[in-house]
Amino acid sequence: MTTPTSAPATGAGAASHPLPPRRRGAGRARRHEGRSGLAMVLPALVLLVLFLVVPVMLAFGLSFTNARLISPNPPRFVGLDNFVRAFTADPVFLRSTVNTFVFALVVVPVQAGLGLLLAVLVNQKIRGVTAFRVIYFIPVVTSIVVVSILWKFMYQENGLVNSFIDTLTFGAWQGTAWLNDPSTALGAIIVLSIWQAVGFHMLIWLSGLQTIPEELYEAARMDGATPWQQFTNVTWPGLRSTMVFVLVTITIAALGLFVQVDVMTQGGPVNSTSTLVYHAVRKGYREMETGYGATISLIFFVLVLVIALVQRFLTRDKD
Amino acid sequence: MSALTLTACGQAGQGGAAADGDGPVQLTMWTHSAGNPAELEVYQQIIDDFNASQDEYEVVEESFPQGAYNDAIVAAAAADDLPCLLDMDGPIVPNWAWAGYIQPLGLSTDITDSLLPTAVGTYKDEIYSAGYWDAALSIFARESVLTANDVRIPTIDEPWTVDEFDTVLATLQDAGYDTPLDIGAEDTGEWWSYAYSPMLQSSGGDLVDRDTMLTSDGTLNGPEAVDFFTWFQGAFDQGYTSNAGTIGNEEFNADEVALSYTGVWNALDSLDAVGDDLLILPPPDFGNGPKIGGGSWQWGISSTCASPEGARAYLEFSFADEYLTAFSDKQIVIPATESATEASEHFSTDGDLRPFVELSQQLAVLRPQTPAYPVISSTFEKAAKDIMNGADVQSTLDGAVSEIDANIQSNDGYGF
Repeated sequence: MTTPTSAPATGAGAASHPLPPRRRGAGRARRHEGRSGLAMVLPALVLLVLFLVVPVMLAFGLSFTNARLISPNPPRFVGLDNFVRAFTADPVFLRSTVNTFVFALVVVPVQAGLGLLLAVLVNQKIRGVTAFRVIYFIPVVTSIVVVSILWKFMYQENGLVNSFIDTLTFGAWQGTAWLNDPSTALGAIIVLSIWQAVGFHMLIWLSGLQTIPEELYEAARMDGATPWQQFTNVTWPGLRSTMVFVLVTITIAALGLFVQVDVMTQGGPVNSTSTLVYHAVRKGYREMETGYGATISLIFFVLVLVIALVQRFLTRDKD
Repeated sequence: MSALTLTACGQAGQGGAAADGDGPVQLTMWTHSAGNPAELEVYQQIIDDFNASQDEYEVVEESFPQGAYNDAIVAAAAADDLPCLLDMDGPIVPNWAWAGYIQPLGLSTDITDSLLPTAVGTYKDEIYSAGYWDAALSIFARESVLTANDVRIPTIDEPWTVDEFDTVLATLQDAGYDTPLDIGAEDTGEWWSYAYSPMLQSSGGDLVDRDTMLTSDGTLNGPEAVDFFTWFQGAFDQGYTSNAGTIGNEEFNADEVALSYTGVWNALDSLDAVGDDLLILPPPDFGNGPKIGGGSWQWGISSTCASPEGARAYLEFSFADEYLTAFSDKQIVIPATESATEASEHFSTDGDLRPFVELSQQLAVLRPQTPAYPVISSTFEKAAKDIMNGADVQSTLDGAVSEIDANIQSNDGYGF
């Protein structure tokens, strides 16, 4: 009784008879491919585990303890105390969160927009355009620490920025000491940060611009499109994936604001420039409360993760 | 440590250094003085002399840049790999003693008693560190400028009172100095506590209640502290001083400011710039007599040192007056013993920097000797900067007190 059912099976087996040698070869190739794939992913994987997964796990564990950097007493499990402290008893933490988001909300669109504008400008076919590209890119290759120290001098009461304003307005308007005033310090850091990194994003936009085929512009021109129409109908759609990349990198960089604050204001005046990363370093390292520092870092991690996921959702391919 | 000793034996065996076939015990030594050739030169001299003086021990020196030094120590402690001998900034000594990084020093009292009290680091009445020198702060001025403006020249016995000081600053401002006083507020970090907490103590406040070391309530936010910080805020508001400019003493040397609150380490440059016109003055009296900060870099022995006797032998050897004098004249710091002071070029009775010795002996106050100090210092700096920038004095100080007290509590009182 089993024969009829087994017959088609053998038939199927017979039909695939010519295949086995090839399939064996394919299997070997796939195994080989798998091995080289593994070899290629391994360095990245090791680094990611070592410097991302392990620290995040550690931060997760530490954030429920009162671990200290230097202490003869062993860490104690304190439950959610650190989280409660961050949200209810640490005004600097709340202020730092607000500052971080204000910074990101201004820097992301302005830096991306300016970068695009500059990219379009330096994408012209005119003489000496390389010089302009270099000029815009110089701040990027300069260390941010050096840039911050220089701008700190420029922002002083009798610094370059104020003399510039003074000259421009023929002495009608006097600037303040920008970094000393709680209402202008964060703005001053925002301006410097945008100036410093805009060249990098200009370069990314530029590489995106140069992938758009010239024929599309030719076709558009033959249809009588104005430069603005060319931009909205050819350039912008062609830059979609570049746009996603630029947005994500600027957002991540903006949320991690630390060096400028550390060098220029140390979170002051009156907490107006304190950021989440700066606060975590101050608490966890300088004040040696490792447990609480880990809590702040963990909250920061979760916030960044959520924002990255939201961005991913908003910029997903809708087809 | 045993591995290190073994290596030492191996090396000694190769070199055939010791007659009995048993090589000298290596003592590792870390200093924060990389990039300071004058200081390293003296250390090298001491080490060479010590190594040549006996066969039992061999000191091996390694220097770190100051900015990375504390991190290196903390990391080495976490890895259980501390050197035998290490130097450290005075105020951190109680913290490291409490954490078990260093052991009681155990030097002969002949040595420790002869040192300036501010050159000895203690925690709970036990000596953990000793230093070759101390630094001191003072107000630099030009005699010609003060006399031209009819300003009384203060002395340690008769310092400027705070009201008089305000008048002096106003006078000098009228005389054409935009910000007459440079107090170095553009600097960051430990400078803030070192320079400005003595002013707070001069007004009657303090960083922490030194009787219990358990709270800052009432000392850092009491009426005296509020008075002082109100003055501090006012000094910036009225433009008597500012936090612009460069770290160091260039504004004074260039005659852009009339008075400069700065340290002994800047004195030689100013002598070069100003010559005999330079006055080294005590800081003003905020009510309880003028005060300056005390405590500089000092030496200790790590708790994991395998041969503390060797480390002690080295330290006792190193406290010879000739070395103290050499440090002081090369680095411009105040020698820690009387006899070395007399032998020094700049600090002896008729030396050009003699006033610093008197300031240090008579006015120096140690920063609170509690393991909580790093947190207290960081919190003080932040609060003082906020006040400088216009924050409400009382509420800022209350906030700082609650931060410090919470930290002390979460560390179970730091052993007090």
